[in-house]
Amino acid sequence: MKRQKKNAFFIALAAPGMIWLAVLFIVPFYAVLAIAMGKLNQLFESPVAVWNPLQWSSENVIDVWHDLFGSAAFAGPIVIRTIVYVAIASALSLAIGYPAAYFVARFAGRRKALFLVLLIAPFWISYMMRMLAWVDLLETGGYLNKALGWFGISPVNWLGGKPATVILGLVYGYIPYLILVLYAGLDRIDSALIEAGRDLGLGRIRTFVRVTLPLSRQPILTGLLVTVLPMLGDYFTNQLLSGAASTSMIGNLIEGQLGTPGIEGQGAVLSLLLLLVLLIPMIYYVIATNRSAQVAS
Amino acid sequence: MTAPAIPAETPAAEPVAAVPAQARRRMFRRNPWGHAWFLEGFTWLYLIWSLVPIALAVLFSFNKGKSQATLQGLSLRWYYKDPVNSVWHDPALHAAVIQTVRLSVLTTIIAVPLGVAFALGINRWRGYTSSTFNFVMILSFVIPELIFGVAMFFVFTVLFTTVHLGTVAEVAGLVTWNVSWPAIIVQARLVTLGRQYEEAGADLGANQFQVMRRVMLPLLGPAIFASAVLVFSGVIDDFVIVDLLSSNATNTPMSVIIYSTQHGGNGGPALNALGTISLVMSFIIAIIGYIGYRWLTRGERGSRLDALATIAGSEKFEP
Repeated sequence: MKRQKKNAFFIALAAPGMIWLAVLFIVPFYAVLAIAMGKLNQLFESPVAVWNPLQWSSENVIDVWHDLFGSAAFAGPIVIRTIVYVAIASALSLAIGYPAAYFVARFAGRRKALFLVLLIAPFWISYMMRMLAWVDLLETGGYLNKALGWFGISPVNWLGGKPATVILGLVYGYIPYLILVLYAGLDRIDSALIEAGRDLGLGRIRTFVRVTLPLSRQPILTGLLVTVLPMLGDYFTNQLLSGAASTSMIGNLIEGQLGTPGIEGQGAVLSLLLLLVLLIPMIYYVIATNRSAQVAS
Repeated sequence: MTAPAIPAETPAAEPVAAVPAQARRRMFRRNPWGHAWFLEGFTWLYLIWSLVPIALAVLFSFNKGKSQATLQGLSLRWYYKDPVNSVWHDPALHAAVIQTVRLSVLTTIIAVPLGVAFALGINRWRGYTSSTFNFVMILSFVIPELIFGVAMFFVFTVLFTTVHLGTVAEVAGLVTWNVSWPAIIVQARLVTLGRQYEEAGADLGANQFQVMRRVMLPLLGPAIFASAVLVFSGVIDDFVIVDLLSSNATNTPMSVIIYSTQHGGNGGPALNALGTISLVMSFIIAIIGYIGYRWLTRGERGSRLDALATIAGSEKFEP
């Protein structure tokens, strides 16, 4: 009896949040599903949601299948391009981020707070401001082209659909997250383990390879997830720094379909497909950050 | 980590100079705490690359001329002097600043109590339903924002059509997106607190409401404060949700204005001014957050670094 009463109190506490999540998180995804499996209003070219699973139609799915794999597939190359861009951008982020995080975690000493402030400063700067900063620098008359001019290199149209610019933007945009994860992970490594490696006769490099690197596998994986997941849904970086169809990514495809009459249903299918693919890494991330313990308990 | 570095360096300074270069190199390699000059240089290069462009963008917001790429003297023209295009006088830019503040305040007011109550309830009510909802909440934390934004866009254009795209839809989306901050941070704090305080309160005769109000809420104060700071600044920085859910100039916040204007090719230093305003807002929130968090946790053993990491949202990345 008492236990029930106690439970009722906590259920009442949790209820508003649960109702909110049900109505504004679970229902919206069902709405996406209902539109993805729905039909098209031919007159207004607006999507018609079909709520009853028994009446679902495969119109949109078949359209998306043709876009992806059909003879005139335009979405297939976009998907491949997205994977290539994101792979390069995350590899670069790791190559830049790991040494920086490693330095701050292990060698910064008394200046650790200063470095940490500088490393997390981008978290407090609006993403759009950070992209705007690069637009300013990369403009045809911008400082980068002026600097190149001193070396006699003629101005480059950096913002005119250059893959390199888009990848730079992705690295610049998401690397702070990676660095924070790496820093947190590397900072937790017990320095006694590194000393032990040294005491047992390993050199600087071999200690790193044999001790530090294996211990940082988990932070590296989590850090990559933290950057890869948002990169895959990014459309604005690309749009600001290039805007050309030749560099568009899956995010651009989905976002473009949202506002376009007639193909909104396909946008719903694509975003569900993306979600399906990302569900495995997402669940891995939840488990890796040990929140599974909270879920299970 | 600092402690071994200091004694290792100071006494070694003299003998090091006396030994030949090769041996010195060997000593450098042998000493695990020796200073990593290469890594430090690399880190500084990264920081320059990371921060100098933004400093320049801030500088351009004070440009006298119309260019975002070359400085033609300094002025406050793009903040308020220009009668047409300054942030103060251009109605769209002006409205954007107000909309950002409005969204941040509304979202924080709704999301924080909702998330804190959710965390308290879920943490003590063990059952299948509660763990399912906790999992859903955590999923909302890691799902790519575009996918979530698409779902929100469709639910407001197809199902809840009485709520048109605009401020209400934006706040609804932002609350869902941000409610996991208080929910996760408070749950983490509950785990470290354990149950003894609650039980002591109950033993001393407090009922459940009194335990919550007199015992738990004060103990959770720092966690609640930190999550409010994160939600507020998260909304200032948010782009995707508000981009998909805004409908006209009166409900378009700063991030979306910067994006759409620059993308449309009509950018100018006024956009840099807008970006600088959002940057200053975020920095003020960060400073308030840091000082407030330090003050709230003043009796505890946590360091400055912990406070910094918490205010930056490190809870998202570690258990």
